[in-house]
Amino acid sequence: MRISENIAIQPGKRPGRRWRWSGLLEDRTVMGMAFVAPAVGLLLLFLAYPLILGIWLGFTDTVVGGTGEFIGLANYISLLNDALFWKVTYYTFLYTGAAVFFKLLLGFALAIVLNREFRAKGFVRAIVLLPWIIPTVLSAICFWWLYDTTFSGITWVLMKIGLIGHKIDYLGDPTNARIALIVANVWRGIPFFTIGLLAGLQTINPSLYEAASIDGAGGWHRFRHVTLPLISPLLAVVTTFSTIWTFADFQLIWVITRGGPANATHLYGTLSFQRAIPGGQFGEGAAISAFILPVLMISVWVCYKYMRREE
Amino acid sequence: MSEKFVERMIKFYLPLFIFLFFLLFPFYWMFITAFKSDAELYNLKLNPFFIHEPTFKNILMLFKETLFNRWMFNTFFVAILATILSLSASLLAAYAIQRVRFRGSGPIGISIFFGYLVPPTILFIPLAAIIFQLKIWDSLWSLVLIYPTFLIPFCTWLLMGYFKSIPKEMEECAMIDGASRLRVFWQIVVPLALPGILSAGIFAFTLSWNEYLYALTFISTTTLKTAPVGLITELVRGDVYHWGPLMTGALLASVPVALVYSFFVEHYVAGMTGALKE
Repeated sequence: MRISENIAIQPGKRPGRRWRWSGLLEDRTVMGMAFVAPAVGLLLLFLAYPLILGIWLGFTDTVVGGTGEFIGLANYISLLNDALFWKVTYYTFLYTGAAVFFKLLLGFALAIVLNREFRAKGFVRAIVLLPWIIPTVLSAICFWWLYDTTFSGITWVLMKIGLIGHKIDYLGDPTNARIALIVANVWRGIPFFTIGLLAGLQTINPSLYEAASIDGAGGWHRFRHVTLPLISPLLAVVTTFSTIWTFADFQLIWVITRGGPANATHLYGTLSFQRAIPGGQFGEGAAISAFILPVLMISVWVCYKYMRREE
Repeated sequence: MSEKFVERMIKFYLPLFIFLFFLLFPFYWMFITAFKSDAELYNLKLNPFFIHEPTFKNILMLFKETLFNRWMFNTFFVAILATILSLSASLLAAYAIQRVRFRGSGPIGISIFFGYLVPPTILFIPLAAIIFQLKIWDSLWSLVLIYPTFLIPFCTWLLMGYFKSIPKEMEECAMIDGASRLRVFWQIVVPLALPGILSAGIFAFTLSWNEYLYALTFISTTTLKTAPVGLITELVRGDVYHWGPLMTGALLASVPVALVYSFFVEHYVAGMTGALKE
């Protein structure tokens, strides 16, 4: 390794200007910096800078297309005194908690079901991923129509088999709408857990299960004492990813209910969009988005801890 | 033997069938709605799970009365350019971080990865202000420049994992033979990394194809909209929902992603799990 570097640094047979150029790139630091520059430049300009600018905007009264004045905590104070904001906070946490819980439960269950040899395994695995790869907006349109009060296929079936006597107002009733959106989110998110965890399950050495069986461990014990400990780091990362994405969700809600009925289904993301883009209040919108930051920081911390442990 | 079959039925086929039904039912619903006429859609006497008189009116309306093919073109344009831009930047960055191992490469790698966790809902307002200042508001170029914010972290991380799996010996041999680092990169590393580049490219393409919030925020001219945004904003006017064409559009706009996916499904799964594990 050392030797090869020493030799490689020698310029070789390249004369003239090209010699100087490539000679410069033979230096580790110069080449490394030059190679990461495009990626780092784009991310600094369009990710790091907006992140900071967003926090600043939250302390101003900026409106769309104009400049704003620093107004201190005024945006935050008015938000905290607004009953609507608390309603949105409540649903954001409820939506995230319920959706992530069911995605984890069902996604993990499906991964365990699929973790065996059977015919058409590749095909089934490919189909399972479909809800995840199809544009969310487009599947949201489908759920929207499926939740139609009059023409929903779900209602039709339930009425046919006599479970309900009258039609269900899926999206007009606040509680129903909240549940309906969580179901749609769970539908979309199961494949991510399943495929991610399935990859982890497949790395577990089968002889561990055999050893546990010989020791008399039943199905539950094998799961509890072999599968779970081995998969828990991956489980933590998959759950963290899903949590930040669900907490900061926008598409499903905006397409299906736009935060209604009576603002019952707004998340921080949709409320911030509504205030900032149609409403033009950039400052207030940015202050609402800022409430996503703590969850983002916790996610970063969890992932970092896990990665450190891997090394 | 039959007992074993019953056990397999309960423990495997039954749950598998329930899961598949739940995951696939919305697609079936989308599909049948696309081929129903309004008269059939709104007839409560008919069984809604079958198409009684298939019609192509919805597809015709979509292409004749809306700018659907224009929106599809816009989506392609943005997705392809954003993918190429992000993939080039990521390939260089991933190689430098994983293989050149210069001073500071570790922290830079981790910072890029954390970029992937930053959700668009935090960024879209300040980005709107920046786009406005750069005078690329209401232009597809704004999307080409913004999409790399989520594509680069993902692709870089995926490619870093891939580079880790390629043996170093070939590079070292080439360097001993006097090849420059740049030449080693082009003639040895890039060809070896092609499967990884393909996985990253497919992922980047589908992620850009599916993007909604930025496209909704930065683009307002009807002819410049991407397919997901165009369908929602132009086919839903007040209380009038054109369910047939909407569903047809949703189905058709999913086709490119589904096609790319079905051809490269192994790369896709490898990319997804690779990115998670790294």
